[in-house]
Amino acid sequence: MSVGALSAFNLLVRRELCLSFRRPDQLLQPLVFFLIVTTLFPLGLSLQLSLLRDMAPGVLWVAALLSSLLSLDGLFKSDADDGTLEQLALCGQGLTLIVVAKTFAHWLVSGAALVLVSPVVGTALGIPTGAFPTMMLSLGLGTLTLSWLGAIGAGLTVGLKRGNVLLSLIVLPLAMPLLIFGAGATDRAISGTNAAGALYFLAALCVFTCTLAPFAATTALRITLE
Amino acid sequence: MWTWFYKLASPPYVYGVAATLVPWFLGGAALALGYGLIAGLAIAPPDYQQGEAFRMIYVHVPSAILSLTVYTVMAAASAVALIWRIKVGHAVAAAAAPIGASFTILALVTGSLWGRPMWGTYWAWDPRLTSELILLFLYVGVMSLRSAFEDPSRGDRAAALLATVGVVNVPIVHFSVVWWNSLHQGATIVKLGAPSMPGSMLWPLLSMWLGFMLFFAAVLCIRLQGEVLNRERQSTWVREAVKA
Amino acid sequence: MNTVADGLSVEKVHVWRGDRHVLKGVSLSLAPRQLLHIRGPNGSGKTTLLRVACGLLRPEQGEVSWNGHSISAVRLEYQAVLAYASHEPALKGDLTALENLRFAVGLKRHVSTKELRDSLEQTGAAACADLPARVLSAGQRRRVAMARVLAMSASLWLLDEPFTNLDAAGTELMSALLRSHVSQGGAALVVAHHDLTIAVDLRRMDLAA
Repeated sequence: MSVGALSAFNLLVRRELCLSFRRPDQLLQPLVFFLIVTTLFPLGLSLQLSLLRDMAPGVLWVAALLSSLLSLDGLFKSDADDGTLEQLALCGQGLTLIVVAKTFAHWLVSGAALVLVSPVVGTALGIPTGAFPTMMLSLGLGTLTLSWLGAIGAGLTVGLKRGNVLLSLIVLPLAMPLLIFGAGATDRAISGTNAAGALYFLAALCVFTCTLAPFAATTALRITLE
Repeated sequence: MWTWFYKLASPPYVYGVAATLVPWFLGGAALALGYGLIAGLAIAPPDYQQGEAFRMIYVHVPSAILSLTVYTVMAAASAVALIWRIKVGHAVAAAAAPIGASFTILALVTGSLWGRPMWGTYWAWDPRLTSELILLFLYVGVMSLRSAFEDPSRGDRAAALLATVGVVNVPIVHFSVVWWNSLHQGATIVKLGAPSMPGSMLWPLLSMWLGFMLFFAAVLCIRLQGEVLNRERQSTWVREAVKA
Repeated sequence: MNTVADGLSVEKVHVWRGDRHVLKGVSLSLAPRQLLHIRGPNGSGKTTLLRVACGLLRPEQGEVSWNGHSISAVRLEYQAVLAYASHEPALKGDLTALENLRFAVGLKRHVSTKELRDSLEQTGAAACADLPARVLSAGQRRRVAMARVLAMSASLWLLDEPFTNLDAAGTELMSALLRSHVSQGGAALVVAHHDLTIAVDLRRMDLAA
């Protein structure tokens, strides 16, 4: 009679997607933020495409990091505020499954969306189309890792007032290796050298984080729920 | 067997042990630091490559090593507190955090001052200094998280989890920064490295390292006493101790 | 304190919130076909006790067991047989009442839309089924929350102030639901301000501040 883990996972992801799509404005805001932040750099620095191209990987990645962080704050917050998080914690599927489903759903609507939009931004920053596959792959791996790091941070800060600033403070130092490898891979792809090394490191980070972070995030949430 | 261990970790016992150890640690630190400073600053000959400026090594390297050691101590105490629910672990972590952050700032400042004659500028994104900077951010995150909670026991546990997650990240950060630096290696960057060291330079350095360790142990014990008293302020043994 | 081999048993539980000693060695036992009514002034720890009984809060000292096993050992099995209703109705404002129920109950057991609509019918909230929860009144939300408890088919109900915001008819309905649940073999732990007059094996427990 009881519900298997896979069906529960599906139901939870559907719940999250249902909730996200009922608020399309909240769904689009981080993407718009991504576009706005990338516009800031040419405005603040230079018009010359050649110069922009040198900066492009870094700018792209910093913008992706910042806009992902914006939406991470809401990962557990709305459920914690209206009491549904407790109901989820008591549903008999275990808190870890809930955390995994929520984080995955969050990545789908934020990180994956960023990856899809990135060619537009890449063109605006002068990144050649040949570098797009590497760029998108690195962003995909990076945003997935970031969603997990953010889940730990969100679990730790969910009950706090003004928790979103502290969330950024906690998550950004942990995300610096991501930035280094991700921007490094894109940079190498632009200059035509082999980006495989950087991508492998990024993938290793991603696998490492995706394996361990669920337990850390669940513990964090338990600490806050109590 | 475990009861022995839990007794060892009980707050009044730890308080007593810390109080006894402080004078020993301070004495040892004074001796080691004294010898190290005199031998390093006055007696050791100037380096043929870096001149007098290399003497910064006697403060910079020990404080950098300590900044990492203290983070590891903090993370270990946090893990013990989280896994086995031993409250004293939280007190140790809370006591150690500001000390570690101070060592990190000291390492950054001395590194920057050392860099001035070497690079011609106060900051050049040298990989080790950049790692130290990120370490400082990790410390600040742990301390901010602890103080953000109204319920101190929840704050302790949240900070403990963050410290444990952070310690896993420290080697990753270090490796990635070294990799990043190797990409953008400028030809003129001189590493803030130890020159190859004859004995007269090495012994003072080791002595400074030992002195810093003992100094850390002493300050940790002092702060730990305060932390334990604060956390246990409702219990009878504290009231007795305060009356006495 | 007698440990009930069949049912819920809370033994000498201590909980501190910061410096406040909220629960001081509280014990209770609840067997099937019993309703335990917990009363007490504000701040006496009634909600905390309920959350400890659910397993949401781990007490510093003391044990909670279900059918003789500690609930931390059988956590998921215990959750499968309980239904918890907190003080807030705990509904997502953007989802309809029916969707709220489906996403909550559907994680616990396979349930058809018809069963969910029936539960809403039983608590007098059938008209709310396809309305988003944010447009419902406080009383309607309480009824939907109660429908969720019903739909879970749980043997143990843990209810925090289930009569809040209900009118006279609603209060009658809630009492009737409790009566039928308990007389059919279920157990219920209810925190409520006012007196309960329900024709079952009703015990009372008063918590001091």
